[in-house]
Amino acid sequence: MAVVALFVFLLLRLTAGDPAAIIAGDNATAQDVAAIRQKLGLDEPIASQFVIWIGKILRGDLGESFFFKKTIAELIAQRIEPTLALATCTLVLAVLMAVPLGVTAAYKRGSWIDRFVMGLSVLGFSVPVFVIGYALMYLFAIQLAWLPVQGYQRIGDGFGGFIQRLILPSFTLAIIYVALIARITRASVLEVLGADHVRTARAKGLADLPVLLRHVLRNAAVPIVTVIGLGVALLIGGVVVTESVFAIPGLGRLTVDAVLARDYPTVQAVVLLFSVVYVLINLVVDLTYTFLDPRIRY
Amino acid sequence: MSTVLTLPSPAVRPAARAWRLPRNRSVWIGAAILAVIVAIAVLAPYLGTTSPSEIDPGARNRRPGAERVIRHDDGTKTTTTYRMGTDTLGRDVYSRVIYGSRVSLIVGITVALISVAIGLVIGLVSGYIRWLDGIVMRVMDGLMSIPAILLAIALVSLSRGAGLRTVILAIVIPEIPRVVRLVRSVVLSIREEPYVEAARALGLPTPAVLARHVLPNTIAPLVVQGTFVCASAILVEAILSFLGVGIPPETPTWGNIMAEGRALFRIFPHNIFFPSIFLAATVLAVNMLGDGLRDMLDPRLRHRI
Repeated sequence: MAVVALFVFLLLRLTAGDPAAIIAGDNATAQDVAAIRQKLGLDEPIASQFVIWIGKILRGDLGESFFFKKTIAELIAQRIEPTLALATCTLVLAVLMAVPLGVTAAYKRGSWIDRFVMGLSVLGFSVPVFVIGYALMYLFAIQLAWLPVQGYQRIGDGFGGFIQRLILPSFTLAIIYVALIARITRASVLEVLGADHVRTARAKGLADLPVLLRHVLRNAAVPIVTVIGLGVALLIGGVVVTESVFAIPGLGRLTVDAVLARDYPTVQAVVLLFSVVYVLINLVVDLTYTFLDPRIRY
Repeated sequence: MSTVLTLPSPAVRPAARAWRLPRNRSVWIGAAILAVIVAIAVLAPYLGTTSPSEIDPGARNRRPGAERVIRHDDGTKTTTTYRMGTDTLGRDVYSRVIYGSRVSLIVGITVALISVAIGLVIGLVSGYIRWLDGIVMRVMDGLMSIPAILLAIALVSLSRGAGLRTVILAIVIPEIPRVVRLVRSVVLSIREEPYVEAARALGLPTPAVLARHVLPNTIAPLVVQGTFVCASAILVEAILSFLGVGIPPETPTWGNIMAEGRALFRIFPHNIFFPSIFLAATVLAVNMLGDGLRDMLDPRLRHRI
């Protein structure tokens, strides 16, 4: 899979315009452009460019940003903390909210909580992240003034401020993720609830909660974990947007800034990084199947 | 096999389906909201709008409902009401929101049509021709391993001068793998059916088998998937424009209006609220239509899409 991601990068590279001309600017002469092209190795054939690029990536050298005048590795190191914090916080928040919601919705099928979960899942797919972000920001930060409006504080500069500034963005991002996970949890739990072993467990006289936790949720776990993994794509897209809404200086903001500056090595490196993370997470998810369901073997 | 015998004759079926149609509420609600928005987009010039790109330095950052009175030399007055206020350049937000619906609908519909068409061809071919399948699916997996919004952003950044066409292309490419997978899964299940085998035994060439027997089975899922693609395309376009990497800022699109309102959101939230309401309503309507269509056309699809 990782190899395939790299292969796609070649495609991205082929569709690019002439970066040398873009860097040189409008007033550059043909010689300037040629000099830059040579410096960046763009005069080599595409195939050897690709080999050089892959080789560098594998050695951990992501190259140098055209625009920020730093190595990309430095840039990413600078920006990774907020993104990591936001993503982790969202993931934890979303799973903690979505799984109980989904289970309850399935258990009390047709009740108000079920309708609420189904409504939320339709809304979650329809309302864009930034609309939710601005609505929450307006309500909690501007009208009620409970939380700071925007910005980010490094975890090293005080934990209180760090969490305070993280609540709104992670909640914003979590809503969409919750919609996805709760919907699948509900469907998956509903399926297991109808199974024979659940009826047996109930007939034995077990209380509802142990049945739900031990017999139902365990058997319903595989689709839930799968969708958590697949949802990371949504999460990554959401991070890019949320960071812009809440002015968080993370990797998502870096991507947008790099795109606006036409700094394409940076864009390439960040997109590659995100894709690799996504693929790795899904690999881990695949591996957890064996723990969740001993019937699955590789 | 016995179900074949109990099926009503073809003449009765369309009527039965039409009779069933009104029971599905979400199709009707979705279609109604969508019809209103399409009407708004088509009738934009007749809905009391002014030019959406006209800059009025004298009327910057007005709140919704603010009035502007122009006194003429002969003593008469003209009053304009800014129903949704104005932005930092003094452009009428109401007109911009109304005209913005055009871009969103165009992007949504074009992306849906193009990606369904391309996905259909690739899916049919790769589902039927075994040796090609492996290669095509690896490329699709590769495309799918890059988060959609990120891939769209990267594609926009790599082409010079973003415009409507670039944005549409950048949204189409990440959508194609989803369509391909769907079509391929239908093809793989249909190709083993006895009637396909029979057709092949009778000597029907592959293109004819695909067109006559496989293609009709893909239509229902594709219509449903197409509406979902349309909804997600409208969202992605708004996100790209909002981030400033989409359609050029002069063009009134919902994402662009919001991008402009970002800086002064604390004081003038109306720049963001009105387009968001329209955007959310449109996407919700398209999604409801898709959900309803899916249940109506084939309840079994629920598990596939």
